[in-house]
Amino acid sequence: MHSFRFEPADLPAEAEAVRADIRAFLDRNLADYPSAMRARSWSGFDPEFSAKMGQAGFLGMTFPKAYGGHGKTAFERYVMLEEVLAAGAPVAAHWTADRQSGPLILEFGTEEMKQRLIPRITKGEILFCIGMSEPDSGSDLASVRTKATRTDGGWLINGSKIWTSGAHLVDYMIGLFRSDPNAERKHDGLSQMLVDLRNTDGISIRPIKNLAGEEHFNECVFEDAFIPDENLIGTEGEGWSQVMAELAFERSGPERYMSSYQLILELLKAVSKDTSPAGAAAVGRLVAHLATLRNMSISVAAKLQAGEDPALDGSVIKELGTLFEQSVPLITHQTLEREPSPDHGDELGQTLAYVTQAATSFSLRGGTREIVRGIIARGLGLR
Amino acid sequence: MSGDSELRTILSDQVNRLLADRVGKENLEQAEAGAPQDPLWRAIEENGLPQVLVPEDRGGVGGGWGEAEVVIRATGKYLAPVPLAESILAGWLLSEAGLEMPMGPLSIAPVRADEALTISREGGGYRVSGEATRVPWGRNAEHLAVFGRCAGEPYMALVPAEAWTVELEDRNIAAEPRDSLHFHGHAVDAAPLPDHVDPDRLFAFGAMVRATQIAGALEMALEQSVQYANDRSQFGTPIGKFQAVQQELARMAGEVAAAGAAVEAACRAVDRMGSGAGFELATAKIRASEAASIVAGIAHQTHGAMGFTYEHSLHFATRRLWSWRAEFGSETYWAEALGRSLAAHGGDALWSHLVGRG
Repeated sequence: MHSFRFEPADLPAEAEAVRADIRAFLDRNLADYPSAMRARSWSGFDPEFSAKMGQAGFLGMTFPKAYGGHGKTAFERYVMLEEVLAAGAPVAAHWTADRQSGPLILEFGTEEMKQRLIPRITKGEILFCIGMSEPDSGSDLASVRTKATRTDGGWLINGSKIWTSGAHLVDYMIGLFRSDPNAERKHDGLSQMLVDLRNTDGISIRPIKNLAGEEHFNECVFEDAFIPDENLIGTEGEGWSQVMAELAFERSGPERYMSSYQLILELLKAVSKDTSPAGAAAVGRLVAHLATLRNMSISVAAKLQAGEDPALDGSVIKELGTLFEQSVPLITHQTLEREPSPDHGDELGQTLAYVTQAATSFSLRGGTREIVRGIIARGLGLR
Repeated sequence: MSGDSELRTILSDQVNRLLADRVGKENLEQAEAGAPQDPLWRAIEENGLPQVLVPEDRGGVGGGWGEAEVVIRATGKYLAPVPLAESILAGWLLSEAGLEMPMGPLSIAPVRADEALTISREGGGYRVSGEATRVPWGRNAEHLAVFGRCAGEPYMALVPAEAWTVELEDRNIAAEPRDSLHFHGHAVDAAPLPDHVDPDRLFAFGAMVRATQIAGALEMALEQSVQYANDRSQFGTPIGKFQAVQQELARMAGEVAAAGAAVEAACRAVDRMGSGAGFELATAKIRASEAASIVAGIAHQTHGAMGFTYEHSLHFATRRLWSWRAEFGSETYWAEALGRSLAAHGGDALWSHLVGRG
């Protein structure tokens, strides 16, 4: 059985040095940004802000200097990340490129791809989305059916991808397609490809309104969309293992427990003004959870830095983090006698309205709670 | 990656082996029936475990809380029916005050936030008087480390058993002694607490010790539950193969991990900041007490009716969890205290406070 110990670790001094820089940047660029907008956390989409982050050197921090990156450590990026999340900065536009697509291209992409794309990701000039899920393939990701059929000089894509956050606003998708329909196992015969969303015919993108009325995610329909040979990422037929490596990047970072942070702040402000026993207990409980999750997450970051495989520990953080994030709107509701008020409320009312609705997605995105618990159960030796 | 000290690793091997060998269903049942556990205590003393926080120049092990944590957690995991955790805390308090730590089982008093004992100066010596309830292992302890005010100043006293009368032999729901003691002004050794030990934090140190024991008992409950889920078959298959059971055990593993992390963070913070670690001490008891309820519930649901019998050993862990989550302040007590201190600083201070604690 896996030990499930999260050994205490410290952020090293060079990482702490990033904190003052990113705070000064955020102070400069988000001075009048309202709390209800900050509550969008890593769903707030603002390409101009992303470009400013790129210009200031806060994107592609860990990418090699040879490709225009900044050659910094994962710890330095961690500090940048937790500060932008604490501030509720609108980071959605560059989020996928900086967290997933860039590292994926660096690991599996061609030299030409790295030279062409990585410097522009780092400057915040090009934005990415992920094409994994399909209308009939969610948790069972290996069952994807969108086909990539060989043609002269490349592939023709047919099928559809769904829940592609930002596809209607960004430049590129990295899609997972079935390039060999005759493979024996469903995990085989999948390939990852770079799709130029702005310059490819045969792709129609339809935004899907979420329950809060926002248009973040989409359905993308491919009809004989042509992808040239050079846009294959990594090895043909190895898409599944590449995707699993990609998903492991995203289970243990601060975004796994900071999504409701603005609401904790609003609750704390309300309790500071009028401190009841129940209000104080609610704040104390939430902050105790937050501090513990942060310690656990830094412990995993240290494992990553040391070259260990923290996939299972990351799943534990996602399990605990999403439970915690979802408890915040409920506890706020039960503690303060407040009606969520999306349009004309004060900062608390609007933030509560937003997070109450958004929280639904926290245990769905990036692997559902059930999938994550299945991974932990395997670590317990039950599967 | 391992930042553990060599001493911590050695102690961990030593205490886990010793307690795994020597604590089992048989002596747990005897202890619950009131039989003293002298051979177990002697083995613990021979290994120097009660003195883990006593400096080397005073004959102790010279460890910090990072080392004490593995010993205290093991007492929780193996459900050791002796006051080892209390003795470690008492030894630390006595040493901080410059008093000798005697051999034999020790405990501490008072242990309730609303109780106080009086230490008075008389002639060249000191006397201790007053009432204390729910004193852990009161009837078994040969000495107590007693905190009290002497002319308004915080003092520690080393109090021998002849200085108190057991007024009531009480217990917690795990049948661990929690006795009411009357102190009748017997002469004792006493010394002022040094400035760096905040007397208002002593209750919090007790909370951290219980949180650490909880973290250990949580591990035991998880291990037993996984074992049972693998062994018990229904519908022709081990119940651990059912997703419904797997999902619950995964939830449990998350709670065990979080409580363990909170406790380790608290012990490390005390080694770095001493009494300044109030935030981490409170966090540890909040997180561990909350996990105790969730884990005990899932453990019993997994074990079915079998786990509800006295015959099955699961209850030795879960009854301790239900006791310890309430001792030295519940999660609500500490959440309110922590919340009040955060509320006093306002919303703008929260983030800097969190990341500034390192």
